[in-house]
Amino acid sequence: MTGATLTAIPLAGVQDELESPARRALRRLLKRKGAVFGLIVISIFMLLALFAPLVAPYNPIATSWTLVRQPPSSLHWLGTDDLGRDVLARVIYGARASLLAGLISVGIALSIGVPLGLLSGYRGGLVDALISRITDAMLACPFLILAIALAAFLGPSLGNAMIAIGVSTTPIFVRLTRGQVMNVKVEDYVEAARAIGNPRWRIALVHILPNILPALLVQATLSIAAAIIAEAALSFLGLGQQPPAPSWGSMLNAAQRFLTSAPWMAIWPGLAIFLVVLSLNLVGDGLRDALDPRER
Amino acid sequence: MGWFASSGYEDMLNFLARRIAQLIPTLFFVSILIFSLQQLLPGDPALVMAGEERDPAVIAQIRAQYRLDQPIPVQYVYWVKGVLAGDFGESLRNKLPVRQLIAQKLPVTMQLAFMAIVIAFLIGVPAGIISAVKKGTVWDYGANVFALWGISTPNFWLGIMLIFLFSIKLGWLPASGYVSPIENWRASLASTIMPAFVLGNAIAAILMRHTRSAMLQVLESDYVRTARAKGLSERSIVLKHALRNALTPVITLGALELGTLLSGAVLTEQIFSVPGFGKLIVDAVFNRDYAVVQGVVLVTATIYITLNLVADIAYILVNPRLRG
Repeated sequence: MTGATLTAIPLAGVQDELESPARRALRRLLKRKGAVFGLIVISIFMLLALFAPLVAPYNPIATSWTLVRQPPSSLHWLGTDDLGRDVLARVIYGARASLLAGLISVGIALSIGVPLGLLSGYRGGLVDALISRITDAMLACPFLILAIALAAFLGPSLGNAMIAIGVSTTPIFVRLTRGQVMNVKVEDYVEAARAIGNPRWRIALVHILPNILPALLVQATLSIAAAIIAEAALSFLGLGQQPPAPSWGSMLNAAQRFLTSAPWMAIWPGLAIFLVVLSLNLVGDGLRDALDPRER
Repeated sequence: MGWFASSGYEDMLNFLARRIAQLIPTLFFVSILIFSLQQLLPGDPALVMAGEERDPAVIAQIRAQYRLDQPIPVQYVYWVKGVLAGDFGESLRNKLPVRQLIAQKLPVTMQLAFMAIVIAFLIGVPAGIISAVKKGTVWDYGANVFALWGISTPNFWLGIMLIFLFSIKLGWLPASGYVSPIENWRASLASTIMPAFVLGNAIAAILMRHTRSAMLQVLESDYVRTARAKGLSERSIVLKHALRNALTPVITLGALELGTLLSGAVLTEQIFSVPGFGKLIVDAVFNRDYAVVQGVVLVTATIYITLNLVADIAYILVNPRLRG
C-alpha cells in the first residue's frame, strides 16, 4: 500500500459498513463493463420477449408461398425462411421460448435441488449418503445426454424439454447447496442459533439459507445460460418447441437444409443464442466477483 | 521412493479403496436411473414399443419378451442381470444387439474426441500461459474474450457456420460424412477436422481458464521467486518451472470435461452426419428405440465414472502433498 491510498481506506471501510451487502454487490457489479453489457443485452431480449406482439413486424407463423427464402430487404430486415415467414419476427418470438426455458428449468432445478441439498448437508448421516449417491449417479450422466434421454422418454414438447433440462440441472444445485451448508453450519452464529433452541428447520431456513444465497445466485445465472443452450439443442433435435411455433434451435435446424440458398436463416437465430448466453455468462462472472467477500 | 514405505502409502491405499467402494452405490443408482427412464413413457410401454403395429399377438409377444407383465422390481433385476452379462437388449429397429451397435460407433466418437482434446490443448494451454504471463495487457484481455466466446457459442451453430464458410463458400472441406482413418487418412482428417474443432473449441476455452489461474498461482510461488533470484531467463522460468507444476491441475480438470465432450458429440455428429455415438443416440430417440437410448446412456455414464476415478488417482500420484 502506498501512502496516498492509506487515507482512503478508513473512508471506504465506513462506506462498506453503512451499505447493505446486496447494495454493495450491486455497486461492484455495475463497475464491471462486461456485466453491464450483459445486463443491458438480457434486458433488451426480455423486453423483446415480453412485448413480442407489439415489436415483431409480422406474424411469426404466417407462411407465404410468394415470399419463400427472400434475402434481407427493407421489408424483411433479416430475410424470410423456407416457408416465407419473417425471420426477424421469428427471432423475436423465439426469445420467449428460450428465456422461458432458461428460467423455468433452472427454477425447477432450484426448487428440487436446494431443499435436498439443505437436508443432505444439515442432517448428514444416512439421508446425506443416499442423496449424495443419487446426485453422483445423475452427475455421471453427461448433462445434455441425460436431458435428451429424459426428453425422449417424456415425449417431444417445450414443457417436457424444460422438465428434462431442469431435472438434469438439479444435481448441480444439490451438490452446491450441500457443500455450502457444510461450510456454514460450523460457524459460530449457527452454533448460537442452535444453543438458544431454534428448531432445525428454522436454523436451516433463517440462518443458513441466506448465507448461501450468493453462491446459488451465481450458479443459477450460469445455469440459465446452459439451460438456454440445452433448450436450443433439444429444439434443434426436434425434442423441444414443436413447429410451427418459433424457437431458435428449431430455426437453426431448418436453416441447415438451406445453407447454400439462404444462409441468413442460420445466422440470426444462432447469433441470438450466442448473445444471450454470452451476456448471462458475463453477468454470472461479474456476480461471482462482486459477491466474493475476499475482494473488497 | 521414500513414500512407498511410509504410512502415506497406506493412506493412499485407504483413499483408493474408499473411492472405489463409493463407485458401487453410484453405479447402482445410475442403473436405477436409466432403468426408470422406461417408466416415464406415457401409456403402455408395450404399445409404444410396438409403434405402428396394432396386432394384439405382436403386442402380447413384446410384453412377454420384455417381461412387461411382471412387477417393476422383477423387470429391473432381469435388466441388470442382462447388463452385467454385457447384454443391453436389442435394437427394435434393426434387431441388432445394442452392444454391437455401441461397439461399432464408439471408435468413431473416440477419434473425434481425441482430435478435439489435441486441438483444445494446442489452443487452450498456450492462450492460458500468455494471458497469465502478460496479465492485465491486451493479450490477457484477448485470451479472456476468446474463452468467453468459446463457452458461449452453441456448438451446433458454430458447426453450421463452419460448413457455410469452409464447405459452401470456399469448398475446401466436405460438409458431411465420415471416412475411416484406416481407409484413407487424408480423407479421414478432412472429414473430421471441422467437427473436432467444434468440439475442441469449448474445451479449449475451459482449459485456457484453468491454465491461466493455475499459472497465476504458480508464478507467485516461492520456487519461481527462487528461480528468478538465480537469474534464470523468464522463458525458462515460465516453460520449465512454472508450466510443469501448473499443468497438473489442468490435466486432471481437463479429464472432467469428458462429459462436455460427449454431450457436444451428440449435436456435432448430427450436424456433420458423423456416424458415431452421438448420432446413435439421436437416431435411437427418433426411432423410439429405447433399449439403444438406455444402453448409450449407461455406457457413457460408466466411461465418465471410470475416467473420473482415473483422474482422481492421477491427481494423487502427481501431487506429492496429497500422498499423506
